[in-house]
Amino acid sequence: MTDGDLGLTYAYFLGCITPNRYPGIEAATKRIFKEFGIETKEMVGASCCPAPGVFGSFDMHTWLPVAARNLSIAEEMELEIYVTCNGCYGSLQEADHLLKEHPKLKERTNKVLNEFGREYKGTTKVNHSIVILHDVIGLDKLKERITKPMNDVNVAVHYGCHFLKPREVRGHGSSETPYILEDLVKVTGAKEVEYKDKLMCCGAGGGNRTADTVQSLEWTRQKLVNALMAGCDCMVHPCAFCHLQLDRGQAEMNKAFGTNFNFPILFATQFLGLALGLSEKECGLDIQTTTMPEKLLK
Amino acid sequence: MGTLYEDIVAYGGEVFGEEHMETLRECVQCGKCTGGCPSGRNTALRTRKLFQMALLDLREEIFNAPELWFCSTCFTCYERCPKGVKTTDIIRIIRNLAAKEGHMSVPHRMIGVYVLKTGHAVPIGPDQMKLREAVGLESQPPTTQKYKEQLEQVQKIFRTTNYDAMIDFDWDTMNLRGMEKGGKK
Repeated sequence: MTDGDLGLTYAYFLGCITPNRYPGIEAATKRIFKEFGIETKEMVGASCCPAPGVFGSFDMHTWLPVAARNLSIAEEMELEIYVTCNGCYGSLQEADHLLKEHPKLKERTNKVLNEFGREYKGTTKVNHSIVILHDVIGLDKLKERITKPMNDVNVAVHYGCHFLKPREVRGHGSSETPYILEDLVKVTGAKEVEYKDKLMCCGAGGGNRTADTVQSLEWTRQKLVNALMAGCDCMVHPCAFCHLQLDRGQAEMNKAFGTNFNFPILFATQFLGLALGLSEKECGLDIQTTTMPEKLLK
Repeated sequence: MGTLYEDIVAYGGEVFGEEHMETLRECVQCGKCTGGCPSGRNTALRTRKLFQMALLDLREEIFNAPELWFCSTCFTCYERCPKGVKTTDIIRIIRNLAAKEGHMSVPHRMIGVYVLKTGHAVPIGPDQMKLREAVGLESQPPTTQKYKEQLEQVQKIFRTTNYDAMIDFDWDTMNLRGMEKGGKK
């Protein structure tokens, strides 16, 4: 291991979309963490988080024990969790918060888990991978290792919703003036560009994509137009589900609306990965819908 | 069954605490929720109207409104409500109550089918396994889709909470019952 060795180990909660649709996000994240001495352990037997706006919308009493079961896996490993999707972050952190706040709910949930010998204790912590990058590895260490600065790249930052909101659960300060992603983009030398409705949702969440895909793509189209109008070269975000909507969504909207979008979409660790010297292939950016311009790869 | 407000407080209270749900009564119809709603720009969703309907006990009207499902749960209104109404959580609970009474679309019910079959709302297939190999990962992640005994725990949860019955899941075919009829239950 190199000088940056932090000697830390986390349980990686994969969720669904990262491992099953965009493995490049998983690969880039694991590679960067390893580079800085953070070891990743797999959570054997983990399931869907389950999606907070989807299962949370259908039956909270099913959503909660499934989330608590996932938490219990990390508890058995005696490790804190990291995630690469705001949906997973939303579900696992909210479930952990509710179970800690409401003892009766914990009791009720554990009755369900006890039927197959599991128990939620409340001994793990749910971290977002971009917070580990920002606060645990830190901007100084990241900056030292940038080998391919993104000096002439204009970036549209997209947060997604459940990373910042609700504030009372997430704990990252103001949801209207966030800074974590901006810092991570700027550390590469890229320019973070203000654009219209920067904090707007991608359109996918809450079962909206499932309820009416084309309608949900109209939100996405507006978001992308706003970023293009501001002169952005690409969009950088922290959420696998947003990635699906923003990336694969471009193929879907080109078909539905007769448009011709090919606006590069990168998960934060894919963008940082390129700046840290990982290849397009190592970040899985050659196996997604939107293609990367030379500017990002040189 | 009480009024819709009473049901929201009782059912949502089990999860969020009753005080959380009782914030619905604080709504003064200012419309800040609707003004900043990304869905409202593109759909018929009017959060302010939804809450007035809930307070007026217009249960069937809300449960049958397609726009109830166009909230992306982005929490923008939740953060901005000047009266502290726990908007997004209240919407999720109204949806829970609607779903319990059979108001759930086939595509939404199908998400439950995927989870019951694989443990994942978005399962993996052979093509995606190749993508994983291309980036240097194991072809299949060590999740419920790989380990049957782990998947059975998730299935057990769905049986215990009667989620399988709610979506009319047929354990013999591992699919929705009467799919050919389509539409709502």
